[in-house]
Amino acid sequence: MTEKSKEILDKLADVIIENKKHLTKLDSAIGDGDHGINMARGFKEVKEKINGNNYETNQELLKSVAMTLISTVGGASGPLYGTAFLYISKVIPDADFTIDSLIEIGQSAVDGIQKRGKAEQGEKTMLDAIIPAVDALKESKENGDDLEEALQKCKVKAEEGMKATIPMQATKGRASYLGERSIGHQDPGATSSYLMIKTIVDELYKYKD
Amino acid sequence: MVNILLVSHSVEIAEGTKELAEQMKQGEVEIAAVGGTEAGELGTNPDAIKSAVNEIDKSDGLIILADLGSAVMSVNMVLDWLDDEVRAKIQLADAPFVEGAVIAAVESGMGNSMEEILSSIESAEIIKKN
Repeated sequence: MTEKSKEILDKLADVIIENKKHLTKLDSAIGDGDHGINMARGFKEVKEKINGNNYETNQELLKSVAMTLISTVGGASGPLYGTAFLYISKVIPDADFTIDSLIEIGQSAVDGIQKRGKAEQGEKTMLDAIIPAVDALKESKENGDDLEEALQKCKVKAEEGMKATIPMQATKGRASYLGERSIGHQDPGATSSYLMIKTIVDELYKYKD
Repeated sequence: MVNILLVSHSVEIAEGTKELAEQMKQGEVEIAAVGGTEAGELGTNPDAIKSAVNEIDKSDGLIILADLGSAVMSVNMVLDWLDDEVRAKIQLADAPFVEGAVIAAVESGMGNSMEEILSSIESAEIIKKN
């Protein structure tokens, strides 16, 4: 199971590194222009770390990812994503993922980010992509969707959430200093969160059989 | 004496503010400064903050001043990792970075308690320029 999780995290790191320029461009419009650089640096270290070590459990693997991000990212996304992965490490099972375990994982990420950033949905942050994705999973559980349907809906809602940050005025983070001028730009944090959710969903799909 | 830890995105801001505060301090107040990422770029390095918190004497209390976003967030994260006993000795001040550092250095040197210093540097009066 850790091999599968490692592959997903490795791919996730690749996607973040590939999007370095895109994320930095988004951050240059409303922030300090370092989101892509910081995230790419952190995930490059994550790749080296996880590929150079063996982990007995997913918990150990995720904790290692968390501590690497906290130590190497250098911007707010380090403590935010680091704490998210740390919280995920406390709940992640070694068994195959189910809708229930994915809800627990997603909710832990939200709790970790809120613990550090104290943001709510609608403040133009990473949470605007993640919370709708977790809500979609909860809805799928109620509707009795199968895992495949649930994952697809989760990805769609994360993308919608990311795009919904464009008309929002930022009230947290550096972008909040811009006031109304933050309106009209897609949030870089919501974008990196969407990219991670998309990658996780796509990778889980590959393994669904 | 209450000691002071300065955490900035920039090593120059952290060191410069330390220099400014040290110019005013009396006695043995210890002032530590942490700034920038491990690579020396703008940003914060939680590992460096953690080492600084561990190294500085906290027996009479430690006041931390941080500048923006990730500096504040990283400090809070490091504080969450500490044992309750150590954590209770430390306070992240709701104070402006430069003014807070200088006034904290002066008051600590006068032998004021952590509560007295915090009440001064968290007061809106200290940022008034007119």
